[in-house]
Amino acid sequence: MHTVVTSLVAQGGSVAEASGVTSLAWLLVALPLLGAAVLLLGGRRADRFGPLLAVGLSWASFLVGLVIIVAMLGRSGAARAEHLTLWSWIPAGGFQLPAGMLVDQLSMAFVMLVTFVGSLIHVYSLGYMSHDPDKRRFFAYLNFFVAAMLLLVLADSYALLFVGWEGVGLASYLLIGFWNRNPAFATAANKAFVVNRIGDLGLTLGIALIFATFGRVDFASVAAGAPHASQGTLTAIGLLLLIGACGKSAQFPLQSWLGDAMAGPTPVSALIHAATMVTAGVYLVVRSHPIFDAAPNARLGVVVVGAITLLFGAVVGCAKDDIKKALAASTMSQIGYMMLAAGLGPIGYAFAIFHLVNHGFYKAGMFLGAGSVMHGMDDQVNMRRFGNLSGAMKVTWVTFGVGWLAILGVPPFSGFWSKDKIIEAAFIGDGWRPWVFGLAALIGAGITAFYMSRLFFMTFHGTKRWTDDVHPHESPLTMTVPMVVLAVGSAFLGLILGPTGGFTHWLEPVVGGGTEGDPVIAVPILMVLTLLLVAAGVAYAWLLYWRDSVPEVAPQGSLVTQAARQDLYQDAINEGLFMRPGIHLTRSLVFADSKGVDGAFGGLAALVGGLSARARRLQNGYVRSYALTMLLGVVAILGAVWVIS
Amino acid sequence: MTAAVPSLFSAVSVDYRALAPVLIVFVGAMVGVLVGAFVPRARRHVIQLVLALVTLVAALLTLVLATVGHSAKTVGGSVVVDGPAMYLEGLLLVIAILAVLTFGERWGGYEADAFTPMGAATPGSPQEAAATRAGFTTSEVFPLALLATAGMMLFTSANDLITLFISLEVLSLPLYILTGLARRRRLLSQEASLKYFLLGAFSSAFLLFGSALLYGYAGTVDYKGIAAAIVAGGSAYEPLLLPGILLVLVGLLFKIGAAPFQMWTPDVYQGAPTPVTGFMAAGTKAAAFGAILRFGYVGIEAARWDWRWPVIVIAALTMVVGAVLSVTQTDMKRLLAYSSIAHAGFLLVGVLGFSKAGISGVLFYLTAYALSTVAAFAIVGMVRENGAEASHLSQWAGLGKKHPVVAGTFALLLLAFAGIPLTSGFTAKFAAFAPAVTSGGRAGIALVVLAVLCSAVTAFVYIRVIVLMYFTEVAPSEVEALMPSALTTVVVTFGAAATVILGVYPGPVLDLAANAAQFLR
Repeated sequence: MHTVVTSLVAQGGSVAEASGVTSLAWLLVALPLLGAAVLLLGGRRADRFGPLLAVGLSWASFLVGLVIIVAMLGRSGAARAEHLTLWSWIPAGGFQLPAGMLVDQLSMAFVMLVTFVGSLIHVYSLGYMSHDPDKRRFFAYLNFFVAAMLLLVLADSYALLFVGWEGVGLASYLLIGFWNRNPAFATAANKAFVVNRIGDLGLTLGIALIFATFGRVDFASVAAGAPHASQGTLTAIGLLLLIGACGKSAQFPLQSWLGDAMAGPTPVSALIHAATMVTAGVYLVVRSHPIFDAAPNARLGVVVVGAITLLFGAVVGCAKDDIKKALAASTMSQIGYMMLAAGLGPIGYAFAIFHLVNHGFYKAGMFLGAGSVMHGMDDQVNMRRFGNLSGAMKVTWVTFGVGWLAILGVPPFSGFWSKDKIIEAAFIGDGWRPWVFGLAALIGAGITAFYMSRLFFMTFHGTKRWTDDVHPHESPLTMTVPMVVLAVGSAFLGLILGPTGGFTHWLEPVVGGGTEGDPVIAVPILMVLTLLLVAAGVAYAWLLYWRDSVPEVAPQGSLVTQAARQDLYQDAINEGLFMRPGIHLTRSLVFADSKGVDGAFGGLAALVGGLSARARRLQNGYVRSYALTMLLGVVAILGAVWVIS
Repeated sequence: MTAAVPSLFSAVSVDYRALAPVLIVFVGAMVGVLVGAFVPRARRHVIQLVLALVTLVAALLTLVLATVGHSAKTVGGSVVVDGPAMYLEGLLLVIAILAVLTFGERWGGYEADAFTPMGAATPGSPQEAAATRAGFTTSEVFPLALLATAGMMLFTSANDLITLFISLEVLSLPLYILTGLARRRRLLSQEASLKYFLLGAFSSAFLLFGSALLYGYAGTVDYKGIAAAIVAGGSAYEPLLLPGILLVLVGLLFKIGAAPFQMWTPDVYQGAPTPVTGFMAAGTKAAAFGAILRFGYVGIEAARWDWRWPVIVIAALTMVVGAVLSVTQTDMKRLLAYSSIAHAGFLLVGVLGFSKAGISGVLFYLTAYALSTVAAFAIVGMVRENGAEASHLSQWAGLGKKHPVVAGTFALLLLAFAGIPLTSGFTAKFAAFAPAVTSGGRAGIALVVLAVLCSAVTAFVYIRVIVLMYFTEVAPSEVEALMPSALTTVVVTFGAAATVILGVYPGPVLDLAANAAQFLR
């Protein structure tokens, strides 16, 4: 069946081959990769200069990106995207799989975000990790992450994207478990690994189906072939890619790993689990827009996942007392907004990416702020023992406050320009959909205001609830300067890119423009309604967590609060639905006394293991029984052939 | 059939240019025997090592400079030197060079450490102790390795059943001896040698019997003659054909360790001196697949609809056995043995592609696997506890902390075995499986699905080893990786570099394999 489609797919596309500075795009990936290699292979010799080298190479990568984007701005919209062929990766007969980079507006937006925020976090880590004996390894992993993430967004085919996808997963795994002397942290790393495997399975199958349908796996061919493929196939591909996106972006129902991933060092949480890696799922959906454009049902799946996750994360965020886990829940919820926007189709793609960039700034800034607070509070994370830190940590307080206003969507801070547009877009359409998804987005904004204000007030305002021996102090300059820079970005980025429509125009040649439609509620009313809800959320949080005193031990709370503290019982559900039946099935099937069966995949592993232990007994070491086995094999083969023919 | 069987006394013509690489290796082996007889004991080791390397490099240069491009059917049609044969000869020579380098490793001592000082002495006897004190070394391993290499090279170009059998024995007999020469755990080593010999003889008998049946069917042992007889049809002895084919295949499948003929593999891999294991795993596999490809594609291709089903079943069984049994292994060498069994199954999937792409896929897979394997066994030989090889898995725990470079390289090789992208294993699996999907029909697709599932199981095993090396806290132990001399360093570096290069930029080698994938009939 794929031959028909393949013949229609023109080789290449309208994208020109790279010239000028764009042909240096490979340096974007190569520089941080070089850093990782030097630091890992250099051993102790690299201890002294390693971290600084890593920081330098990360900034160098940013500069290369900057030069490329400046050159890009000099060209007209349609000619901005360029393609860089690197080498012929797998030439197998008629099938050619070249490795190449697609340097277009979408990938460059990511390159800027990843290298700029990534480099700032490298700088911050100089201070944050200064006392860690193993910081060389830490910086090596950070550099490796940046390289893998850039490869992910610059890849010109699903196959190369998959390499980057696995690379960031590996970096994430290594960094969550960085302090693996703590068994709980190592377990968290394993959980992230296992959950991500499920997502990756979806992505792998999606790529396999793309290959089977189009005969190629590069974006240009898929875009050219998508209009000719059948609706059902495209929907299947879209849903499989969505599973991949859910795993990486911690979307429902694969979100359970993100909270545990906070076990990693805080700069890691800021870079990987807030600003960049977890948004890769959104990137995947937007990059696959030719498929989703032609498969409305798959798009609906994306919207549903986004809407559920944005509410899910928001509810969980209201109950967490651990400052990092509360921020993680918020990340989940914000990415839900992006998924929702991406699922809306051409009207939403640009806003999804715009929100993603804004979120990258303010959420990274707030995570760094949280790290700064922990730094000053002896690595405590329980917000019930914070309070009134605004005086002791002025810079942290102000920068965090800017991030807080940005995520709330208070004009003119950056979140306003993207989130408001997403809410508007969610209200566009016919029938029940705008009401359900629009209201979900609107209510989400109110809850967001409540839990973020709760977090902000519990940490920086109200009464002091510090434990006895802490002496909060402001962090060193290497940590505060990146926070200030990110706060400036959180404050003004949206204002610069938003009202002029600059960002959406920038992306238009790649993702297509929005077909304008009117929301079912008039835009000004929506805007006022959103701001009122936000104000109500803030006010309620102010009543509870600033005016009233916060108990140092969490009260029992309502049933909803209890459920939210337990991540709405997601782990229990996973265990009940997947892990236990698998274990029981294999136990009864294979052998009842299996020990050490654990984890969601323990079941299958036990099956293979049991089989293996059985079969191993045949290998008894006696040459006579080996010879007998051979003889039996020969007799069986000849016998079977004799019977058949 | 133009090239008639030579009449009784007419001399056959020999194309020396085509045969030169094989002949050079044979001559080198004979000179090695003379060196063993006449050179004083103290200088033998160095001279033998240098002689073996010079021979192999000379053969490789001859192959590249003179033989390539000179396809020929010679010695009365018994030997064919064509694209696949030359490719595999080159690969076998590279494998042999790497293996000889590991054979010569002395770990800073004055003798080849992997081999017993005196193979003829009873383990634990006074003679053995005296030989050890006197610093004897078994320098005969080098001529033996050369003989085996020459046999392997001939094996890939054998174009009739007699040559096939002779080259099989030429490659096998030295390997039986080499297997029994381990310095430590000598009883295990001798047991492995005896087992290998007995079972090898058993399988050779099947091969011979199959040859006899095919001769009865076709009236000739020549592949071309057999192919012509199958195409012509109407033989009075039609029922002899299929059993004959299958019995010959059994003899060949034994060599690659396909199930149910795989039982010897783990025992022999474990008992043999580690450098020999690496040589066997890489070399025998490459040679035997060369023979299977030629027999299957040139000799009996016309009857493939009859014999492919048993082979499909064997391929499936081999993958499952290799993958499933690797899960419960606790010894590193046995684990790699089961891994090699699984890889044999994957390679059979490529063979069943029945196309030019299938041939080139198998050739590439053999290259990737062989280079990684030699390096992996070289590393297994480095990791020691109190001087003896630490082959139990538990001894590898925490190696990543103590020797990050060694453990990292080993992890890379394991990832290649698992078929992770950007390593040679991924490209190789892709190249071998794609033809089975496109031209293998439904059975081909089913086999590939099974192969992917088995890859997942083996990936679990390899990743468990990586986790063991890096993420397991252990009490301090005496386990350490010995500092290798230049010999082993070259092997490991070359193997690891090839693993990465064939994963990232496999184009040139894939092209080479594709250009070579044409049999001269």
